[in-house]
Amino acid sequence: MVANLDLVRPQTTRSPPAAVPIERDLRLDLFRGVALWLIFLDHIPENVVNWFTIRNYGFSDATEIFIFISGYTAAFVYGRAMRERGFLVSSARILRRAWQIYVAHIFLFTIFMAEIAYVAATFDNPLYAEEMKILDFLKQPDVTIFQALLLKFKPVNMDVLPLYIVLLLMFPPMLFLLLWQPAFALAGSALVYVLIWNFDWNLPAYPNGVWFFNPFAWQLLFVFGAWCALGGAQRLAPVLRSRIILAIAIAYLLFAFAITLTWYVEPLGRLVPNWLSELMYPIDKTNLDVLRFAHFLALATVTVRFVPRDWPGLNSAILQPAIRCGQHSLEIFCLGVFLAFAGQFIISEYSGGPVIQVAISLIGIMIMIATANLISWYKVIEGRSPTSRVKPPDADLAGGNA
Amino acid sequence: MTLIIAVLAAVALIDGAIAAAPEQRCDVPESFLSSDSDLTGVMKEIKAQQRLDISVVGTGSSALPGPDGERFAYPAQLEQALKQQLPGITVKVTAHVAPRATTAEMAAGLAKILADDRPALVIWQTGTADAMNGVEPEDFRTSLDDGVGTIDNGSADVILMNMQYSPHTESMLDVSTYADIMHWVAQQHAALLFDRLGIMRNWNDSGTFDLYTATKDYDMARRVHDCIGRALASQIISASHLDALRVQTTR
Repeated sequence: MVANLDLVRPQTTRSPPAAVPIERDLRLDLFRGVALWLIFLDHIPENVVNWFTIRNYGFSDATEIFIFISGYTAAFVYGRAMRERGFLVSSARILRRAWQIYVAHIFLFTIFMAEIAYVAATFDNPLYAEEMKILDFLKQPDVTIFQALLLKFKPVNMDVLPLYIVLLLMFPPMLFLLLWQPAFALAGSALVYVLIWNFDWNLPAYPNGVWFFNPFAWQLLFVFGAWCALGGAQRLAPVLRSRIILAIAIAYLLFAFAITLTWYVEPLGRLVPNWLSELMYPIDKTNLDVLRFAHFLALATVTVRFVPRDWPGLNSAILQPAIRCGQHSLEIFCLGVFLAFAGQFIISEYSGGPVIQVAISLIGIMIMIATANLISWYKVIEGRSPTSRVKPPDADLAGGNA
Repeated sequence: MTLIIAVLAAVALIDGAIAAAPEQRCDVPESFLSSDSDLTGVMKEIKAQQRLDISVVGTGSSALPGPDGERFAYPAQLEQALKQQLPGITVKVTAHVAPRATTAEMAAGLAKILADDRPALVIWQTGTADAMNGVEPEDFRTSLDDGVGTIDNGSADVILMNMQYSPHTESMLDVSTYADIMHWVAQQHAALLFDRLGIMRNWNDSGTFDLYTATKDYDMARRVHDCIGRALASQIISASHLDALRVQTTR
């Protein structure tokens, strides 16, 4: 009896002041799953289905959702580990996760190289004499592969996982700070974000340039997610309930939508006053532009308002596929990148029109759902299901991690 | 006298043969070519001097490789199209092609080109080399801004031309960021943008050209450049309000 009580009672004696929610928030899985689908769709350059992804309706896109939720779940999982098992053990687990992501990234790189090498060997057209020189790196595999292992050489669309690896490498001390001095941690993160805009800090890329996703900028979103998971969300609740904040968020979303429309409907572009263009552009994705961050915050505010944590829809059958995908995010993310390569390859080899593009998009998402279900099934037969009562959810395997 | 007539007839025949040879339809939706910006310098030069000097500044995609590459690349095609449509006007298009040059490198050479050519219009094709070299978008924007400023100061009109639509290299070469910046800089300077990226994508989607095709043959590349040259000519004529002077051709 006493033992039973101990199991359900939170371990308050050794806990830091920050409250860590115990229940898993299914909304996170749902929106991460949807973000994974959108990232897959956006990674196929020639795809009519892309018109439905959120990047065409505002400043931010699925990457913001993915990084925020990854920060949130990383804090949710490893925050508990750090409180219960200490700094060393939780840090070791975070670093192991970073290693797993590194291996996944290199695996994807191999597939990518195979595709590119094939294109370079088979495609030739005098029209593209200049552009094809981009494939010259294949002539120096010694340098290229080495630079890829160092995460400096990253083909298009393979920037998210390296960002994630760096965010996780920085995470143990940040998590420690977040648990004991959350406000200080968030302020520090914001300070770094402000400083990079002044000092142009970023990591170098190969053959030149810098990382497409500047980790020093994007850490703000990751840390903000983590901060929300460790009690920040409760602190923000009164703000999020305010009608004025909701009105501002909706107004900003509408403004962003109007501005995005001007990118696609040429005559509308002339309606944007010059001073406003000067103020807004360029909207920098590399350094997580303030407009993008604000757009994500507005989206999150509206979403939290209309999809509460206990929303019955979260248990409806129709949303389970997205939730499943969100629960196995690393595997499904990698699969999505691979499927995008494959889809793009099919479209370009067979000059696929809109019908093929829609088919590839739908089949891709179906493969992602099927794989997520397969992974869940593996976890059930191995007794590691997130719903398994045998032992507390294993952070690394329950999909709770980013 | 008969000799002169014979020569004239021969020239007319050859001219007709060239005009009829690559009968490629490549319509461009009006939205790609219309703009509020005017090419006032072009208007002035034509009215005052009955001539039009254009400098094309660009990288490898402003030329074609192989024998006669220069003759079939879009700058030469543009000159031919303008001559056909603006009879009585002396048209001269000078191409300055620097393969793989970045925007910053080309911007540095603009003052000399303006001084040498004294053009009424500069067509600046750029962005590709910057995307290939991973030039920082902010640096790209600054260089582009400086370059357009130099052209403005040289009293020439400017048309910015963005990248080619190249589906096979898209997975290695993401040009969208640079294309967005070009769009924005053009808007800032009230300059024209020739959206080659959008136009070529449109041709690919509508089946005008299959840009996925692998071929060693120069024929398709030449036809694409021909179409680009003619689309550019339409844009120039429309933005300089020269339609009254224009001669409707069969093509």
